[in-house]
Amino acid sequence: MCTLEKRGNLFILTLTGEDRHLFNPDLISSLLKLLSQVKAQATCGSALITQAQGKFFSYGFDLDWAQAAGSEQGAVKRLQQMADLFKPVIATLLSLPMPTIAAITGHAVAAGFTLALSHDYLIMRKDRGILWMPEVDIALTLPDYINALFKEMIGDASVRRDLLLRGLKMKGDEAEKRGVVKAAYDGEAEVREASVCLAENLGKRKWHGEVYAEIRKGLYPQLSAILGLSHKVYAIARL
Amino acid sequence: MCTLEKRGNVFILTFTGEDQHRFNPNLIGSLLSLLSQVKAEATGGSALITQAQGKFFSNGFDLDWAQAAGSEQGAAERLHHMVALFKPVTAALLSLPMPTVAAITGHAAAAGFLLALSHDYLIMRKDRGVLYMSEVDIALTIPDYFNALFREKIGDASVRRDLLLRGLKMKGDEAEKRGVVEAAYGGEAEVREASVRLAENLGKRKWNGEVYAEIRKGLYPQLSAILGLTHKAYTIARL
Repeated sequence: MCTLEKRGNLFILTLTGEDRHLFNPDLISSLLKLLSQVKAQATCGSALITQAQGKFFSYGFDLDWAQAAGSEQGAVKRLQQMADLFKPVIATLLSLPMPTIAAITGHAVAAGFTLALSHDYLIMRKDRGILWMPEVDIALTLPDYINALFKEMIGDASVRRDLLLRGLKMKGDEAEKRGVVKAAYDGEAEVREASVCLAENLGKRKWHGEVYAEIRKGLYPQLSAILGLSHKVYAIARL
Repeated sequence: MCTLEKRGNVFILTFTGEDQHRFNPNLIGSLLSLLSQVKAEATGGSALITQAQGKFFSNGFDLDWAQAAGSEQGAAERLHHMVALFKPVTAALLSLPMPTVAAITGHAAAAGFLLALSHDYLIMRKDRGVLYMSEVDIALTIPDYFNALFREKIGDASVRRDLLLRGLKMKGDEAEKRGVVEAAYGGEAEVREASVRLAENLGKRKWNGEVYAEIRKGLYPQLSAILGLTHKAYTIARL
């Protein structure tokens, strides 16, 4: 499912196993629980890396579980339930009092891509894996908070259109070139290494976690509002 | 402190002296007064260049003055006071009835960077000087109008993240490449020359100043709203 470990100042959240890491209510709650743990244990210099084992970062919501409801109405209800459960995960990441990195070594699709995009920095493989929003292909509209996330995280309107309206399967080199990810590397080990390197460098800045989170929320005001995140003003100037 | 001169159609506002040109209430008061003078003396073909002497464009608010309050609460109050006092400076620049150019020949940090960014065109040195939003490093949250300015002036979400959330010290060549400044040149004299040339070329268009200001405000609607700027419709069509 998912695990949390600490290496020095780094929190490492891992989606374990070789499966598609589908977000069903259980996995979503585990994620939320572990992120709350990260928040509680945060200190100056902390950083978070979210990563996954196997061919998939995550393939999104568990549509099989939705359909196991037995009826179309039941499936729709279960899908809505997952979208509602997932919103606090995004809210927690947006207000996490430390820098966050998504180390994307496999396919990040739908809610899986959304999870990755909710991090401050995205590092991806060049040689394998895609970013993909398949909702247009499977006739699903997007929740408001996912629209807001894409709007505020990805400035380029044509990139947003290609991802959301065209259902483009974006590989690492294009994602890097078009500014969707910070950097793309050739291979799983390189991505993990670069993510750790970046996390350590960001941690060395010893930012004040609560101020960092406030500045982050200020960068994404519409998303913050939709997620129900409040604002605080800090004036703890360092000499 | 700061001076105003006129060379033909070009107004030149200069931060004088070799110091950091920190914005304390006195300097902010002078700036506002000189900008009002520029506005009052504006004619068709006017343009403004804001520049500074020495190693700094401006290093932002006077934190020493804030801390001289003697207590943490007093310091926070003085800081909020300067943030509030500076808002009309940004408003005056946003509604100035002529093109504006910031000639950045030294470091522009925090409110100093904000002042530069409040101009229509930024020209910078390649070889010296950085643009830097220090707030994340000194544990200060970002005022609402600062966030709005960055959001509407800098379209690239990852540039905004690098500047505000990562506290990147951006040199001229990167600023030019990533679209934060219009152009970067290899020396102080070149920057001043290029700024004068640009100001004169823009002046030659003989724009109607009030209409120019309205169009500018229309480009930055959320910022204009936060700054309390009203809108007017003009139909002074030229044949």
